[in-house]
Amino acid sequence: MKKKLNLRKATPWLSAIGLFVLWELIVRIFNIPPYVLPTPSESIIVGWQFHEAIWMHAYHTLYTTLAGFAIAVVFGVVLGALVGSSRAIYDAANPLLVGFNSVPKVALVPVLVMWFGIGTVPAIITAFLISFFPIVVNVATGLATLEPELRDVLRSLGATRRDILIKVGFPRAMPYFFASLKVAITLAFVGSVISETVASNVGVGYLMLSASSKFNMPLVFAGLLVIAVMGIAMYEIFNVIERRSTKWANRGNPTN
Amino acid sequence: MSKSFVELNDVKLRYSEGDELALETTDMKIDKGEFIAVVGPSGCGKSSLLKLVSGLMPPSEGNVIVDGKEVSGPLKIVGMAFQNPTLLPWRTTLDNVLLPMEIVKPHRNRLRKHRAEYEERARKLLATVGLEGHEDKYPWELSGGMQQRASLCRSLIHEPDLLMLDEPFGALDAFTREELWDILQNLWMIKPFTVILVTHDLREAAYLADTIYVMSKRPGKILVERENTLPRPRDQETTFTQPFTDLVHELRSHIRDVREA
Repeated sequence: MKKKLNLRKATPWLSAIGLFVLWELIVRIFNIPPYVLPTPSESIIVGWQFHEAIWMHAYHTLYTTLAGFAIAVVFGVVLGALVGSSRAIYDAANPLLVGFNSVPKVALVPVLVMWFGIGTVPAIITAFLISFFPIVVNVATGLATLEPELRDVLRSLGATRRDILIKVGFPRAMPYFFASLKVAITLAFVGSVISETVASNVGVGYLMLSASSKFNMPLVFAGLLVIAVMGIAMYEIFNVIERRSTKWANRGNPTN
Repeated sequence: MSKSFVELNDVKLRYSEGDELALETTDMKIDKGEFIAVVGPSGCGKSSLLKLVSGLMPPSEGNVIVDGKEVSGPLKIVGMAFQNPTLLPWRTTLDNVLLPMEIVKPHRNRLRKHRAEYEERARKLLATVGLEGHEDKYPWELSGGMQQRASLCRSLIHEPDLLMLDEPFGALDAFTREELWDILQNLWMIKPFTVILVTHDLREAAYLADTIYVMSKRPGKILVERENTLPRPRDQETTFTQPFTDLVHELRSHIRDVREA
């Protein structure tokens, strides 16, 4: 039993290492030149050489991502609560939301640059724009799928809309909300890096762009790895928060 | 000079304008503290009847009067329980039972200060349905029958004048169901409240109700109003007596007529 548990904990590490080994082997066996695909070992070594620069840029990317994400959470919860608790608002907002979400956010970056100049602000806004949608949808779904019987029970006790929302709606929407945070945080990274790549002189996106213009592919891949690691770390943090705060929704789930 | 607690006067119901009638002219008079059961084929509008009386749905014609006042919106005093226990999974059994206290006035303003007193009351009620020691468990840790008992407690904790039961025991096994009949009868006999029980179980109606209404298939209409004078408390033995079986057979034949009509 104990052994099995240890194995399960080791599995993600083993699969990551396996992927790196495979990657390393493929590059070496097929003799792929480093300006096409560098080996992971080379990327890591180069990444270590530039670790101070990477650290600075990664810190900046993390900051813009979290700032955009924080705005997305507030905005997403408010809009999700409105959309989920009123049929009329749902009907009015739904096509707009879907349409907006279909617009590639990279196409918006030049617009944001015109408005706010290059740098941090468009990156934060892009991170926000790309990550709020899943939060809205999930919060709204959590609120809208309240059992009609439960609504009847509460209404016949004299509950107001607000009572129902606070006593049942929000607690019930929590698992949906936390599930959406995991999706949203990874999307927020996509948003901020896109914007940094197009219009910034700081951040991992900018670092990768300038590295690739110097044909320093190992550094580009080092940047990619850093983003992936930050994404995994953030995802895991929200995963833990989710499990802690909505135990009731994960009952009997073996991953706990 | 009617002293009825609940009155339905020529009530008709369609779900929306131009729809077929869901409920045909319905008249009912229910006394305070009376236990009535409504039986009928499925889809005959039994559940709609509950929604009408509790004010969750307005009648298309006629009116509903509860406690001397015409019903114009959700009543604020009704206890309800359904086939699905609808307990909140993030709350313990005790907190689930206390939910109405957080909503119903004047309790909602008193609850915080007098928490211990209310908890005591909930514990007592839970004990009467045999849920002692399960107060701090979460709903998913309870069996279906235990969940339904908790749901029953939730519908009664605020001592409602009117209790609406929509096939509350429908999803339970026969033994648990009959056990819950006794529990409900017990609670009701200690302190009578008005009950409208919707069910398709004729034995259940015969066991629990003072008056049994048989409804036709859609559009629903009350065809038979049958007094049930079997002495209380009724128990397992009662179900084997001639009057009980006769009553069930009689109801059975009404339902058969309805279905064939």
